[in-house]
Amino acid sequence: MTSARPSKPPSRKRKRARQIRDLALSDQERRNLLYWMRLTRTLDDRLVALWKQGRGVGGTFNQRGHEAISVGTGAALRPDDIVAPIHRDLGCYLIRGMTPRRIVANQLGRITGVTRGRDANLHGCGDLSLGIIGFISHIPQSLGPALGAAMSFTYRGEERAALTYLGDGGTTTGVFHEALNMAAVRAAPLVVVVENNQYAYSTPLRQSMAGDNIRARSEALGVPAAVVDGNDLEAVYQCAEAALGRARSGGGPSLIEAKTMRMLGHAIHDGAEYVPPELLAEWEAKDPIVRYERQLQEAGIVDDSHLREMADNCRAVCEDAVGFAEASDWPDPADVEQGVFA
Amino acid sequence: MSSGGGNFGFSETEVPAGRDDGEMTYLEAISDGLRIEMRRDPNVLVMGQDIGGDFGGAFKITKGFEEEFGARRVINTPLCEQTFAGAANGMALMGLRPVVEMQFADFISTAFDAIVHYAASNFYRWGAPVPWVIRAPCDGGIRSGPYHSGNPEAWFVHTPGLKVVAPSMPADAKGLLISAIRDDNPVIFFEAKNLYRSIRGPTPVGEHIVPLGSARVAREGSDVSVITYGAQVHQALTAAGEVAPEISAEVVDLRTLKPLDEEAILASVRKTGRALVVHSATRLAGVGAEAAALMADAAFQYLDAPVERLGGLDTPVPFSPPLEDAYRPDSAKIAAALRRLAAF
Repeated sequence: MTSARPSKPPSRKRKRARQIRDLALSDQERRNLLYWMRLTRTLDDRLVALWKQGRGVGGTFNQRGHEAISVGTGAALRPDDIVAPIHRDLGCYLIRGMTPRRIVANQLGRITGVTRGRDANLHGCGDLSLGIIGFISHIPQSLGPALGAAMSFTYRGEERAALTYLGDGGTTTGVFHEALNMAAVRAAPLVVVVENNQYAYSTPLRQSMAGDNIRARSEALGVPAAVVDGNDLEAVYQCAEAALGRARSGGGPSLIEAKTMRMLGHAIHDGAEYVPPELLAEWEAKDPIVRYERQLQEAGIVDDSHLREMADNCRAVCEDAVGFAEASDWPDPADVEQGVFA
Repeated sequence: MSSGGGNFGFSETEVPAGRDDGEMTYLEAISDGLRIEMRRDPNVLVMGQDIGGDFGGAFKITKGFEEEFGARRVINTPLCEQTFAGAANGMALMGLRPVVEMQFADFISTAFDAIVHYAASNFYRWGAPVPWVIRAPCDGGIRSGPYHSGNPEAWFVHTPGLKVVAPSMPADAKGLLISAIRDDNPVIFFEAKNLYRSIRGPTPVGEHIVPLGSARVAREGSDVSVITYGAQVHQALTAAGEVAPEISAEVVDLRTLKPLDEEAILASVRKTGRALVVHSATRLAGVGAEAAALMADAAFQYLDAPVERLGGLDTPVPFSPPLEDAYRPDSAKIAAALRRLAAF
């Protein structure tokens, strides 16, 4: 697991509640995982607020409901693994070390953003020094680059893995089938995470595929698949760690279908009126952050002071990022033609 | 008018790559350049459909490669262009230099997102270079119909971030391929497949580098400039021979379409005052339109006649010999245009 923010040392040990899994995670690591989810949510809320205040630039995508997937999978990566996250994986960018300052500055089109004003919101937020490959809007076109990264590890005999994400919508494209097939043929060390959040923009899954059988499709192509509760952080972490370990040790590709719900619209402009309120209420009760907080509280791993400290820290980090971004320079239009070619 | 034959008009005759007698076919020269780079740089690999094993690709460019370099570096893929082009993006990001074979340039359309959206914009967006080469056997005249005769270079010239190469001569094909592999950007390398075995020429043995972005005067002349590339260079040279000595035609072989060697085009037309732009691809909005606009813009005061363009018709490439011959420019059409221009 990657290193994370400092938090208070455990003040007391209690008997572990049943929900806590038997994983090789220390209390501190568990608090860190919670922290990353909280930071993801806080930053996401902060961005939504910025846009509602008219301080945003262009559009932005929200993360609510996806935090356990992006953080759980991101935490299972080793520093030398490669990840190709997309627009719902803010937690993964953060846990890999992309700072909120750079991310917010990118969202606001500033020169200090990851893409120096070249690409919007999380699009194109790649940084190979952090092991992150940027994405394009054409989901799931990150499958190819992630597969290629995985093939490069095999090519060089390195024990590394590549992981990438797509939504349920991405599974109905041709490249999904092609990439899984080729990954299986090449026994590539690739982990594909399908964030099944029920909706591809406004289209519910039942209008995208006959049956809810993403796992069957993957297995039919020769890629073993697991289905996991995408709102259960440690279940996601455990599943990703197993898949990545298998990949690194030459066991080939695998797919994880993480079931969750997109709790807000496709992007900031979208009120998602097409989603039945009772479906949102059902998933609100399964909120991944509230759930993990309760688990850690019951297990005596966090207490109210931990939670307060985390919340304060996250707010401060996000305020700092917004201040930094808004005070940053715009890119110089004289440079618009710079950097087309390497 | 040739009628073609099996395997889309191509001979299955084997040609040993890497000859050292100083003469190579266009095909041998490409194969030789590729082999030299694979021997030099362990990060260079080849990937594509049917390229491995004893088969060595639809046109045999990689014949013998798997034997020499092993299946690790000669990756035979399933039929999935957008995925192996996408995988080339990931490999290139990781520091490898994949050389991808599209079996026919026509099939590159299925890999469009990986090329024009992912690879082309990547360095501009987040600063990571994507150094790959996609080799694309293009062009017609060999009775291969709408899907094995295409010249899609304008799509890629119109895409910021891609380099586009279209050699006509064996030595240039070898030297430009080596430069393309060493370039840090994605390069689409159009090989005129009708030249593979029909053109032979002096080709330096061993390492031979022709820089990207530099045109070449294939024939010097003083009356009319023919600005062209790929297979049409040979048609233009034939036409220039036919109209000589009455008309002294200069043939400029662009060699690279992006970056375009604007100075070479302008230098030639400033000398001759008349220009004919020729390519096999559809004339409408083709690369030649850009060359013509360049001359109108930067050499207007030197022009003694309107810039003329010859290109494919605004139709799919038709199959039947009389139809395809009507579609394509050739030496006779070029010679007629040269006479029109000289008489203007």
